[in-house]
Amino acid sequence: MHEETVASSSAGAPEPAGQGPSGAEDYVQPRLGSGIAAKAASAVTAAVEPVVIRKVSRRRVLAVLGAAGAGAAAVGTGVLGREKSAQALGTGARGTPATVSKNPARRTAQWAMVLDLRRCDGCKGCTMACQQRHYLHADQTWIKVYKMTSSGGQTYHMPRPCMMCEDPPCMYVCPVGATFRNDEGIVLVDQSVCIGCRTCMAACPYEARYFNWSTPKPAPRMPGMPQSPEWPVPQVLGTVGKCVWCADRLPHGELPACVQGCPMGVIYIGDLVSDVAVNSFGDVIRIDEFIKKNDAVRFKEELGTNPRVWYVLGHDQSSVG
Amino acid sequence: MTNTEELSDVPELPDVRAASMRPVLKPGRWYWPVVGALVAVVAVGVVAWVTQLHEGLGAAGYNNHAFWAIYIADVVTFIGVSYGGAVVSAILRLTGASWRAPLTRIAEATAVVTVIIGGSFIIPHLGRPERILELIYRPNLSSPIFWDFVAVSTYAFASIVFFFLPLMPDLAMARDRLTAANRPRLARLCGTLSCRWQAKPSQRRRLDGAIGLVAIMVIPLAVSVHSVLSWAFTLTSRPWWHESIWAPYFVVAALYSGIALVIIVVAVMRRIWGLKAFITDRHLVRLGFILAPFGAAYLYLTIADFLPGSYVGENGVANVFAQVLAGRYALWFWLFVFAGLIVPLLIIALPWTRRAPFIVTAAALVVGSLWIKRMVMVVAPANYGRVSGVFGSYHFTWISACVTLAGVAAIPLLLLLVFRVVPILSVTEMEEMAARKEQEAMREGADRALAEIERRHDAGESLDVQVEEAEMTPVGRADA
Ligand code: SF4
Ligand code: SF4
Repeated sequence: MHEETVASSSAGAPEPAGQGPSGAEDYVQPRLGSGIAAKAASAVTAAVEPVVIRKVSRRRVLAVLGAAGAGAAAVGTGVLGREKSAQALGTGARGTPATVSKNPARRTAQWAMVLDLRRCDGCKGCTMACQQRHYLHADQTWIKVYKMTSSGGQTYHMPRPCMMCEDPPCMYVCPVGATFRNDEGIVLVDQSVCIGCRTCMAACPYEARYFNWSTPKPAPRMPGMPQSPEWPVPQVLGTVGKCVWCADRLPHGELPACVQGCPMGVIYIGDLVSDVAVNSFGDVIRIDEFIKKNDAVRFKEELGTNPRVWYVLGHDQSSVG
Repeated sequence: MTNTEELSDVPELPDVRAASMRPVLKPGRWYWPVVGALVAVVAVGVVAWVTQLHEGLGAAGYNNHAFWAIYIADVVTFIGVSYGGAVVSAILRLTGASWRAPLTRIAEATAVVTVIIGGSFIIPHLGRPERILELIYRPNLSSPIFWDFVAVSTYAFASIVFFFLPLMPDLAMARDRLTAANRPRLARLCGTLSCRWQAKPSQRRRLDGAIGLVAIMVIPLAVSVHSVLSWAFTLTSRPWWHESIWAPYFVVAALYSGIALVIIVVAVMRRIWGLKAFITDRHLVRLGFILAPFGAAYLYLTIADFLPGSYVGENGVANVFAQVLAGRYALWFWLFVFAGLIVPLLIIALPWTRRAPFIVTAAALVVGSLWIKRMVMVVAPANYGRVSGVFGSYHFTWISACVTLAGVAAIPLLLLLVFRVVPILSVTEMEEMAARKEQEAMREGADRALAEIERRHDAGESLDVQVEEAEMTPVGRADA
């Protein structure tokens, strides 16, 4: 049980400065609930070009990712090529991401995150954006920013969302199947089913689950948005809640609150099938290439949970500030 | 085990029927006030639980770094002590230890009562107890918790059957006594429950077979319950919970604390209902002898559990062990080691403390300390932040304390109520033992006479031997 491997090591070669924050002035807060950008084609081009980072409208990229079935057909051979790398990504104990379908007609998006810790300054913007959007108490840090110390004694920051494990221990131990994993690899809790036994909290190796120990924060009723596993607002007393990667937004091509709320562009959200991810700056990466090039790691790989989150480890943030 | 030394323990008591019915017919003046007080404690617990339902589990001291705590420790403790009663009775039955006869009823009743209380403690543990039936209609078979539910319910059912089977003949006896004492309603109840028992040899044979079968089944069943209970912890990757030794560790802990509880209950019952003539000090000392090896085994398993993790210093386990052995939980842990293992073992080992009052003290120490042990074992790994390496904490609140005390009070309460209806001693069994002793004595007398004849024959003396006429009616059967 080498629990804190990632926490205490800073393995991975330093990356040239070319990939640093590409200008915070470009950062525009995307508007909530805006429509899906129509020009999918250009985004697709962006996605399959062998460019590591390229500026496009993040909404456009996500739109393609969200309309996954159509997107897969549109991208054609490009996606088939990418699919191999998507499978190669699942380098954990069980090899390939279990849910990437071989059948192109049934292929859906397979969501993934890449967190570039070199950029994270620990401002907790992601945490606050999430708590605001989901009406959470202060201690319900669905995405929590941990202050870590590397073996060299330097400090870096590590946001920890739900890892959306491909083999989620939380789901396996849930006695009533309240925790489930959807077709797109998002692990969710049905709070109308959860009996509140908290076995999932015992099982999650990442401490990503938060119980409602007291009356949840009241939330205004949103017309047309009933409480659901994807939109667990308001939280339900006596049940467990956790990060949902804003599963209500993803199909509409919108960024999760934390991705949007990160002023440093640390968090990339993307799809393993089309192999594209985007951050709050609109930087587009090809996941496979990006994580290989930057020696990205998954947290507690040895536990066999096969997380869908990759970390590019931090280097010397303490000396930067 | 049916040598004369064993049998000499079985008291020859024609009034065993009267004594076993005393709690039913004349429970004593203290009875209702005590029952009332216990009901009050349970009621306070229920009020506390309702408050907790309203305010959330936070009111019981729970938080994100103590997501499992006191109620799970209670579940493990209560279901654990239940094992003692069932297995003491089952093992003593299977090995034919005749001195068990006056103890089995009390032991089996304790098993039933505590497994029911332990099972119910899952209810305050849950955040949404009203959804508990989902375990039946939408179970997830890969969850250890679902299998806990299956195992505990099966075991509870088996222990009720195990309590009920040997009770049937006694209920028939109770029916007759109650009819004589002009208590027709209770008599009718006993009559119904006794399933028309008439002490026919065919009935007797079938009942003996059934008791033997259930006694055999109860042992593996109880082993499985405590193993499955431990797997609720060990099937997570949490440091110190994820230990392969925990299943046998739980089984031994259950036996150890369970036998201790049987000692306490037996001692209390014989005191309050004047059963000293049937349950002697030697019974308690013998139970102490059964307790001791399990204490030794538990001590051994504790060392085996802690040594590898603390020696290797692996991140996680070593952090938790450091806090348990020499950190924030150390006081509680060492209290358990001394009060729950070393002192009781010494009390039983040293000849001058090997007396009933000391044995009962040892048993009380064991039960209390094992609850502390279970608290430490549940809370410490839950407290440990697996990403940050920082420990959280759990604090009792009046709610969690009152709910737990209600569970503790429910044990004597339910036992007092049970023995208001059923005979407290296994009358039939004790009479059988007495009869066997009688036969044994007769056979011995015959043997002696034969030897005398042989001797005289060899010596060429007269063979005119006067064989004493033995009492042929078994003791206590005269009025049957
Ligand atoms: S707390 Fe809810 S989601 Fe978690 S294991 Fe229990 S029932 Fe499942
Ligand atoms: S990180 Fe934890 S809560 Fe999220 S899927 Fe994995 S085990 Fe479940």
